[in-house]
Amino acid sequence: MRDLQHSLNQTQRVRLDAALNELQTIAPSGASAAAVTVADTIPVNDEDNILKGHGTSDQDGEVVATLCGVVERVNKLVYVRTLRARYKPEVGDIIVGRVIEIAPKRWRLEINFSQDAVLMLSSMNLPDGIQRRRTAVDELNMRSIFEENDVICAEVRGFQHDGSLHLQARSQKYGKLERGQLLTVHAYLVKRRKQHFHHLEQYDVDLILGCNGFIWVGEHVVVGENTNMMEDKPSLSAEVENFTPLETRKHICRLANAVRVLSALGFTLTVELIIETAEASISSNVEINDMLGAEFYVQTAEREAKRRADLLKKKSGGR
Amino acid sequence: MEYVNPLTGFRVDGRRPNEMRQLKAEVGVVARADGSALFEMGNTRVIAAVYGPREVQNKGQQVNSKEALVRCEYRMADFSTGDRRRKPKGDRRSTEISLVIRQTMEASILTHLMPHSQIDIFVQVLQADGGTRSACINAATLALADAGIPMRDIVTSCSSGYLCSTPLLDLNYIEDSAGGPDVTVGILAKMDKVTLLQMDAKLPMDTFETVMELAIEGCKAIANYIREVLLENTKRLECQRG
Repeated sequence: MRDLQHSLNQTQRVRLDAALNELQTIAPSGASAAAVTVADTIPVNDEDNILKGHGTSDQDGEVVATLCGVVERVNKLVYVRTLRARYKPEVGDIIVGRVIEIAPKRWRLEINFSQDAVLMLSSMNLPDGIQRRRTAVDELNMRSIFEENDVICAEVRGFQHDGSLHLQARSQKYGKLERGQLLTVHAYLVKRRKQHFHHLEQYDVDLILGCNGFIWVGEHVVVGENTNMMEDKPSLSAEVENFTPLETRKHICRLANAVRVLSALGFTLTVELIIETAEASISSNVEINDMLGAEFYVQTAEREAKRRADLLKKKSGGR
Repeated sequence: MEYVNPLTGFRVDGRRPNEMRQLKAEVGVVARADGSALFEMGNTRVIAAVYGPREVQNKGQQVNSKEALVRCEYRMADFSTGDRRRKPKGDRRSTEISLVIRQTMEASILTHLMPHSQIDIFVQVLQADGGTRSACINAATLALADAGIPMRDIVTSCSSGYLCSTPLLDLNYIEDSAGGPDVTVGILAKMDKVTLLQMDAKLPMDTFETVMELAIEGCKAIANYIREVLLENTKRLECQRG
C-alpha cells in the first residue's frame, strides 16, 4: 500500500479488508503474539542465562526491545527480527546494486545498506577471463567494465574491520545487468534461498531476487556469451544483438508489475508467487498497465488468502 | 480574554483543562522514505520522513565516525498558517526547532550501532495550531521506529501552560499566543527521563511543578497511543508476509 496509491471503491475496499482479515486469522497465532515495539519488555526466564541478540538491550535487568519487529528465540539467543528496516548483509548473500562512484581500484555501490558497498577491482573477473595481477592499465580501464549508474549483481564477500562491506563478482553469472528493470522492495520480503538466479524459460526472462531487496527482471542472457564482447563484433550484428523482442519486453513488464503488486501488499516474494501472479493476470486478461490498478490489487490479495488457507488445510489434513 | 470559563471550567475550544486534543497517527505515508509518519494533535498536522542510515553525504559534518550522524530539518508549509505567505528557509525559528528536535531524537537513537552513516529526519508542518514542536517530535519518533532504527526508548512530547490560574494541557494556537507561560516537555516514556524542557515566561516554582507534571502525564498518554499504532503496524506486516 506504500507504493501504489489506489482509489478503491466501496466493494473493493470491503473485499480487500476481508482478504487481509483472512490472512490475519490464518497466520500462526505466535507471530502476532511475539510482535514487539520499541521499549517493550521481552519476557525471559531468569534462570537460564540468555544471550541478547540484535534489537535488544539491557535496562535494569530487563531485556528490552530497541526495534519494532518479531521476537525470535534460538536456544539461548533472543533477538528481534525487524520488518521494515534496511538490509543487513550476511556473507554469501547475492545482491543487486547500482554503481555510484568509481574510486581508485574500486567501485562504490548503493545496496540499501547503511553504507556504500565496495567492489574491488581485484575481487572480480576480468572481461578476458584471464587470471593475473591487476595492472595500472586495468585500473584506468575500469570504466569500460562498469560505469556510474550501471546495475550490477554480486556476492557479499565480507566485512572490513571498520564495518564497511566488500563484494566480489568472481563468476560469469555476476556482473553487469542490462536490458531489464530494477525494482526496489523492502529487504524483509526476500528470503534467503539456495537459488536467487532464476531463468524463466517460458518467458525468456531472467529474474534475480537480490537479498538486499533489489530485484532484477531482465532479458535472458546466456552465461559465457559475453566473454569476447570487447573484440571483433561488426556493428550490424551488434545492433541486432541489442534488440529485445517486443514479446520479451512485455513479459519483463508483466513480471515487474507482479513484483510491484506483491511488494505493495507486503507478501514474501518467491519465484513461484511471482510467476503465479503473472499467470493469473494473463489468464484473467488483465492488461499489463492494469496490473497496478485497484481491481488486480484486490484480486491478488484474495488469491493469496485462498492459497494460504488451502496450504493450511492440506497441512492439517496430512497429519 | 477568558481562556477558561469561570462557570463551567471549559476552555475556548470546549476542552477541560487537563484534556488533550484528539490524536491520530499513521505510519508509512511516504513511499520513497525508509520510514515515515503522519501525526495529528487536533488541528495540528505534521508529516515526518526518515532517510537512512545511509552513507555520509558530507564527510565534513561527521564529528565522530564511530557514531551515526543525525540531521534534522523542520519546515512549515506555506499553507500551514492562517495567512498564506512564503516562509524563508532557515529562519531563526525553524533553525532552532530543527536543533531541538535533533537533540531530542539523538538522545534516544542508539547511534553507536550505525557507524559511518547518517540519518536524516525531515519534518514538515502541514497545519499549525499550536504545539507544532511536540507534534514534530512525536511524528519523528514514529518515523524512526518505522525505519527500523534502534532506539533506547520512545520519545514523546507534549506542551502545557498556565492561564487564568489554571494549568492547561496541550495548548492550541489561541492559548499559545495568549502570552502566558508555555512549557514543552519531552520524555523517554519508559525510562521516565526528561530529554527536553522549554519554557518561555516566568512561573512560580510550585506552579511550575504542577504544570510540568501535567505535561508529563500528556507525554505518557501519547506514548501509549504511539506504542499501540506501532504494534498494530508490526502485526499487520508480519501477518501479510506470511
